[in-house]
Amino acid sequence: MSIGASVPRDRAKRLLLGRGQFVDDIQLPRMVHLAFVRSPYAHARIEAIGTAEAMALPGVIAVYTADDLEAAVSSWRPEHKLFPTMAAPEQFALAKGTARWQGEAVAAVIAESRAQAEDGAEQVAVTWHELPAVTDANAALAPDAPILHDDMTSNLAFTTEVVAGDVAVAFGQAAHVVEEHFRFHRHSGVSLEPRGIIAEFEPGESRLTVHQSHQTPHQQQDLYARLMGLPEHKVRVICPDVGGAFGLKHHLMADELVACVAARLSGRPVKFIADRLESFLADIHCRDHEVHARMAFSAIGEILGIEVDDLFNAGAYGQYPRTSIAEGNQITRLTGAPYRHEHYRAGLRMAFLNKSILGHIRSVGHPIACAVTERLVDMGATELKLDPIEIRRMNYLADDDFPRTSSGGVDFENLSFNGCLDKAVEMFDVPAFRAEQANLRNEGIYRGIGIATFVELTAIGPEYYGEGGQHISAQETCLLRLEGSGTVRCYTGVTDQGQGIDTGIQQVVADVMGVPLADIEVISGDSALCPVGGGSWGSRGAALGGEAAMRAARTLRGNILNIAASQLQKDPGDLTIDQGVVIDAASGTSHMAVSEIGRIGHFQPYNIPDGISADLTVVERYGSRDRMFLAGNGLQIATVEVDIDTGIVTPLRHLVVHDCGRILNPLLVREQVRGGVVQGIGAALYEELRYDEDGHLLTGSFADYLVPMAGEMPDIEVAHIETPTKTSELGAKGAGEAGTAGAVGSILNAVNDAIAPLEASIAVTPITPPRLLKALGRI
Amino acid sequence: MSTKHRRISLTVNGEAVAREVPVRLNLVDFLRHDLGFTGSHVGCEQGACGACTVVLDGQTVRGCLVLAVQADGCAVVTIEGGVDDDLREMFYTLNALQCGFCTPGMLLSSAELLRANPNPSREDIREYLSGNFCRCTGYQAIVDAVFTVAEARRS
Ligand code: FES
Ligand code: FES
Repeated sequence: MSIGASVPRDRAKRLLLGRGQFVDDIQLPRMVHLAFVRSPYAHARIEAIGTAEAMALPGVIAVYTADDLEAAVSSWRPEHKLFPTMAAPEQFALAKGTARWQGEAVAAVIAESRAQAEDGAEQVAVTWHELPAVTDANAALAPDAPILHDDMTSNLAFTTEVVAGDVAVAFGQAAHVVEEHFRFHRHSGVSLEPRGIIAEFEPGESRLTVHQSHQTPHQQQDLYARLMGLPEHKVRVICPDVGGAFGLKHHLMADELVACVAARLSGRPVKFIADRLESFLADIHCRDHEVHARMAFSAIGEILGIEVDDLFNAGAYGQYPRTSIAEGNQITRLTGAPYRHEHYRAGLRMAFLNKSILGHIRSVGHPIACAVTERLVDMGATELKLDPIEIRRMNYLADDDFPRTSSGGVDFENLSFNGCLDKAVEMFDVPAFRAEQANLRNEGIYRGIGIATFVELTAIGPEYYGEGGQHISAQETCLLRLEGSGTVRCYTGVTDQGQGIDTGIQQVVADVMGVPLADIEVISGDSALCPVGGGSWGSRGAALGGEAAMRAARTLRGNILNIAASQLQKDPGDLTIDQGVVIDAASGTSHMAVSEIGRIGHFQPYNIPDGISADLTVVERYGSRDRMFLAGNGLQIATVEVDIDTGIVTPLRHLVVHDCGRILNPLLVREQVRGGVVQGIGAALYEELRYDEDGHLLTGSFADYLVPMAGEMPDIEVAHIETPTKTSELGAKGAGEAGTAGAVGSILNAVNDAIAPLEASIAVTPITPPRLLKALGRI
Repeated sequence: MSTKHRRISLTVNGEAVAREVPVRLNLVDFLRHDLGFTGSHVGCEQGACGACTVVLDGQTVRGCLVLAVQADGCAVVTIEGGVDDDLREMFYTLNALQCGFCTPGMLLSSAELLRANPNPSREDIREYLSGNFCRCTGYQAIVDAVFTVAEARRS
């Protein structure tokens, strides 16, 4: 069996030789380079743009402003039909009239070399009229706040409420109530490879070919075609090796669209590679939520009700095409999710303000919902003098509670909270930690332990974007082609940015067809070659792409057996395929190699009788019909040491128990989870896009924006239990959110546990030394 | 803005190279764009991420902090010039890479560590690789790979 085996990745071999092909590795004949002029102000009117000096520089070919692009590309509004009242202000590829965040591009320069393009950008003379900026969601919603968008009467982009039962009843009956005000600061995906694109326009046939570091080639194909007025089949988007994505690269970015338009206007291939400063300035950001939440308990510690209010911001515009609502939406849907409670109210307000656009970065909303819930549960445990593990056991949804629609309105098919906790306490000797913790406290060493239980929403169904009006496929299709030699090419609509889904799909095809892994190549990331699909984001690759591959492999296997049976004068049902050889199912006798079928099927088709299904290129699809998400779950246990003099938090041991249904490849899932945990630890302790009051970014380099490096990171133990989904045959759920989903909450709880004896607590992330010292009353 | 150029001669992965280069061109851009050795990557251009790590006269350097003209007369080795096979194979087996963007830098830095210290502890490895940012793996598999190779070489 190949499914379930820890197979390393083919693609890795090439990457290890330095033979990866990332966008910036590609050079095309007569290619030019693009650099942007970006707004130095968070909010400013553009009074004039002088391009003459830039144009006079050596190598500069063109300077484009919003006016120059007007005829070549449409503007857009990020609308979502599921949220019809959400404001969707118009955005242009280059800022038109007003710049609304520091870093918004207002002009683009193309030149023979990148250095010349940058020199040109420096010489573009913009006359600015600085406007008052709003940089905080509370301030943005104040009655006298400057309003970002002319067609709006306030900066309130959207507000909604999710209600189940009646929280007033719960809080009225409560024996204990805990309450906290949380602040989760802004950060981003920070892929090591920045965003990048090469756009090439062939005017004879009006053909746009794009190489882009991106997760969703078909989405981009559709967007470039529609926004640039090209027939869709004349647009091809190729995603070569992608150097990390994490959601950062599944949006439309205005910068990349400008590169496409510049290619069309100039007739030259245009390359744009973001540098690190403009990545921090103009990438999609995430989080930046202020959450007020409270939890009502009965006298013995049952959770009676939860109330949560999330105030966040979309940045200066809504993100296109997916909109910026999902993070807040997930918080309203997932807070309290692991626990049985009847009464729930989640309020959400989303504001516009003068910062880069907020979108979807790995584990959208999950870390916040998890941290809020789990911190309140720990506070409840303290209040009720219950053990954190016991209070969880008392309140977890139990196996026989499923299937169930959560109080947040999400369908949970089969989650395994108790199973995960059992396994975790088997692996982690909590009493021993407690004993050691007590001893060390006597020595002035403060250690803490934090548990965070999470629900992981994966493999989103067509009810979200399909219904919402976005052209984003929630269905996956797999095309398999048996070559004349009997090897297999597999074309999938999901994409691989390092997580290894290509290998997972290869394993599925190998198993179902009965051919060796080495005989299969998976091809992805090309909108012209691959079947229309959604790409990879939101942990959809295995669950959707894997299932489609399974179906296609079964069909191809059937056709191979039909051909074999016709040659052998046997019934196809009596045959099977093993290791690339058609054998007798009962006796195991070898009959003929699959390579023979390839040869006969392609070159001697006259030997195949009419009327049998004998296609050697087959296509099958899979998409869910009846659910918004496929939910998985898990928990993390973190331990930390807090230096109460310096405020430095050192992560110690970190444990994840995770249930993502059937696992195609344990090695790859484990490493995905570990990478996700470290991103979550980054958010918990280090990563923050800080702005001053005027909306100037203070963290424009790795010297100021701290990321987790090897030295500070703990080893991370990962264990799995498998509760396959019954909605598919394969039973796989997504796995990519889990690590990040639970890390913030577990670290937050661990830090609070460590400092509890000092009568201190903290509810802000990242937990930086100054914030922690402040919480400890030391500064 | 500078248009000044200078002629440099060096060896890259054992091949002699002579080129006229702008004095402001950094080594990694020279290797990548002028010579086509695209295995070294650019993640920050600020000396902070290690993606651009190359070996200059036997020592790893940040290719974004060294100018091409500073490599005049030197021997440069990039990932394309090779790194110990056992290390590469262990990275493969343990999946010590995901997107692979940091990987050339990680491999060259790890190889250097193992040359200097054949018996590193896991903490030594973490410490040594702390100039190489990896956003995908969480580092543990990389540490495991280097540690396992060191062990295997000793036995
Ligand atoms: S690109 Fe040189 S250290 Fe980051
Ligand atoms: S593998 Fe992606 S940055 Fe290290």
